[in-house]
Amino acid sequence: MKPEPHRSTTKLPTNPKIESPEEFSKEVYMFWYERMLLMRKFEEKAGQLYGQQKIKGFCHLYNGQEACIAGAVTALNNEDKYITAYRDHAHPIALGTPPRYVMAELFAKASGISKGKGGSMHMFDKAHHLFGGHGIVGGQIPLGVGIAFAEKYKKTHNLCITFMGDGAVRQGAFHESLNLAMLYQLPVIFVIENNGYSMGTSVERSSNVTALYKLGTAYEMPSEAVDGMNVIAVHRAVEKAAKKARRGLPSLLELKTYRYKGHSISDPANYRTKEEIATYKQQDPIERLRAEILDKQIVSEEALDLVDQQVKQQIADAVAFAEAAAYPQPSAAYEDVYAQRDYPFLKS
Amino acid sequence: MRNIQFRQALGEAMSEEMRRDENVFLMGEEVAAYNGAYKVSQGMLDEFGPARVIDTPISELGFAGLGIGAAMNGLRPIIEFMTFNFSLVAIDQVVNSAAKMMSMSGGQFPVPMVFRGPTGNAGMLSSQHSQSFENWYANCPGLKVVIPSNPYDAKGLLKASIRDNDPVIFMESELMYGDKGEVPEGEYLLPIGKATVAREGKDVTLVSFGKMMKVAWEAVQVMQQQGVEVELIDMRTVRPLDMTTVIHSVQKTNRLVIVEEAWPLGSIASEIAYQVQKNAFDYLDAPIQKVNSEDVPLPYAPTLIQEVLPNAAKTLYALDVVLYR
Repeated sequence: MKPEPHRSTTKLPTNPKIESPEEFSKEVYMFWYERMLLMRKFEEKAGQLYGQQKIKGFCHLYNGQEACIAGAVTALNNEDKYITAYRDHAHPIALGTPPRYVMAELFAKASGISKGKGGSMHMFDKAHHLFGGHGIVGGQIPLGVGIAFAEKYKKTHNLCITFMGDGAVRQGAFHESLNLAMLYQLPVIFVIENNGYSMGTSVERSSNVTALYKLGTAYEMPSEAVDGMNVIAVHRAVEKAAKKARRGLPSLLELKTYRYKGHSISDPANYRTKEEIATYKQQDPIERLRAEILDKQIVSEEALDLVDQQVKQQIADAVAFAEAAAYPQPSAAYEDVYAQRDYPFLKS
Repeated sequence: MRNIQFRQALGEAMSEEMRRDENVFLMGEEVAAYNGAYKVSQGMLDEFGPARVIDTPISELGFAGLGIGAAMNGLRPIIEFMTFNFSLVAIDQVVNSAAKMMSMSGGQFPVPMVFRGPTGNAGMLSSQHSQSFENWYANCPGLKVVIPSNPYDAKGLLKASIRDNDPVIFMESELMYGDKGEVPEGEYLLPIGKATVAREGKDVTLVSFGKMMKVAWEAVQVMQQQGVEVELIDMRTVRPLDMTTVIHSVQKTNRLVIVEEAWPLGSIASEIAYQVQKNAFDYLDAPIQKVNSEDVPLPYAPTLIQEVLPNAAKTLYALDVVLYR
C-alpha cells in the first residue's frame, strides 16, 4: 500500500464516545451540528459545481438524510466498519475524512479519496474504516456481511454497519444477506435509509410490503422503524442494535428519511409534489437540532453561527483544493487494478 | 513418486494452506458435513472445524459477496461453487465487486481470495450444467483465471492461488476429479500466468488447457504414430495469458491449432490466434485453426454431444489442415 500523506492534514474532531447517557453532552450536540451542516453545505456546493460541469458523471446528493449517518457514528466504536451504496459523499465526512479529499474525488483528481478512480459513487477510506460506496443496488449488502464475518472470525468485538437505500430491499442480495447474517450470528447492523423513492419509483409502487423493517422479521431478526430525520433517535436505535450485534445478533433498522433533491442531479423529481417536499423540510434534521440546542441552551446562537462560518470556510477550502489538484497521470490506469505490481496487461 | 487423484491434490492444497495461514477458510455448498459435493474437501471439517469449513445455504450471490467482504477485511477465503454454472447467479459480486474493488478504491482494498469449482461439461447434463465460462471471467480485468489439467498442476496452482493477493477464478472439472497423477510429498508452488510445454515437438504447435488437454493428448499420440511430432502447450492460466511461450513455439513449428471447450465467439482461442497473427505473422506457414464447442447449447443426447464438443477426431482434422495433409 502506498503511503497516504494526506490523511494527517486538516484534522477534524474525533467522534465523541458516550455510554448511553440520559442526556447528550455539549460535545456530542456540537459534533452532530457541525458534521451535519458540513454534509449539507458540501452537497449544496457539489450540486452547484455539477451545474458548472466541474463535477461530472452521476452525482447522488444526500441533502435531508444527514441524521442517518451522523447518528450512527456517535453510537459506534472507532474500530467499527462502514459500507454503503452510491449516495456516499456524506459517509466519509461523518467519519472524519477531510471534505477536500471527497471534493477532489468528485473533481476526478489524483489526490481524491479514491485517487480519482471511483468518483461520486465510490468513496473509500480505509483509514476511517469506510469500505466504500458501491454502485450496484444492493451489491454492498453481502459485502457488509462478509466484513462482519471477518470480525467474528478474528474474534474482535467490532461490527459492520451496512447502509442501503429503500430500493435495495427488493434485491435478492438483501434477502440472502439477512439470512446468512442470522444463520452465522454475525455482528452486523443493516440500515435502510428509506427516503421513499428508488429513483422515481415510490416504495408503494415497488411492493405490497411498504413497512420495510418488517422484511427483517421473516428472518427472525430484530427490526424496527426509526425517525431518520432525528439524529438522537438514530443514535439511540443504532446504539441498541450495536449491543445486540456485538453478541452476534444482527438488526434491521429502517430510518425513515427524505432526500430533498432528485435521485441524481439529472433527475428533476417531477414525481413528487412541492407540498410533499415542504412537509419534510419542516422536519429538517439540522434545523431541528439547532432548535433543540438553543431551546436547551447548550450553546448560544452566536456559537452556532460561528460553526456555520467555519463550515463555510471548510467547504471553500475543499473546493480550492480540488480545483488546484492534478488529474491522474495516464499511467495510473494500470495501477491499483491488481495487487500484483507487475501484472502483464494484454495489449490489443 | 506417489499417484493421487485430482480431488485429493486439491484437498491437500487447501488443507496445507489452512494449516499455514489461519486466515484461510473454505465456504460453499456441501463443503463441510457432506465432505464436498465431489469430495474435494473430504475430512476438512474434521481437521479444521466448523468455524473454518463452512456450509452455506443455496445462496451463491450472498456467500460470494460474503467472501469478498471478508477478503476486504483481512481474510483469505476460498469460495467453492458446486459448478461454475451456478456462479452466474453470483457473477454480479465476482465482476462488480471482486474484480473492481482494488481499482475503484484507488488501491485501498485488495481482494485476496479464490473462487473454485468445476467448469465445462460433465457427461449428459444438458445445457444449464455444461458451460465453460473461463473466457467470460478472463475477459474481466481485476481477476486471474487458472485452469489446471492434472493433479500435479492442480495442487501447485491452487496453493499459489490461495497465496495470491488478487481474486483468482480456479476452474476444475467433474470429469477430472478421479484422474490420477504423480504428486510429490513435499511442498511446491507453480506460478500463475505461466504456460508449460507439456510435450516438445517440431512439426506443429497444439495449445489447450483444463480438461481439453485430455483431447489434445489423444491427438498427440495418434499423430506420433503417423510420424508427426506435435508440440503441446498447456496454458494452465488464461488470465494473464502467457503468449510468450506460445509465440516461441510457433516460431519453431510455424503451425498452430488451439483446442478449447468454450463456444467459438470471443473465446480464449480467438485471442491466442489474434496475438499470434499479430506477433508471429511471418512465421506462420498455414492459417491458425481452432477447435471449440459448436455454437449451440450442449444438449442431452449422446449423439448431439458427440457433434458439439471438441474431440480428438476434430483436433486431428485441424492438425491435418495446418499441416496441409
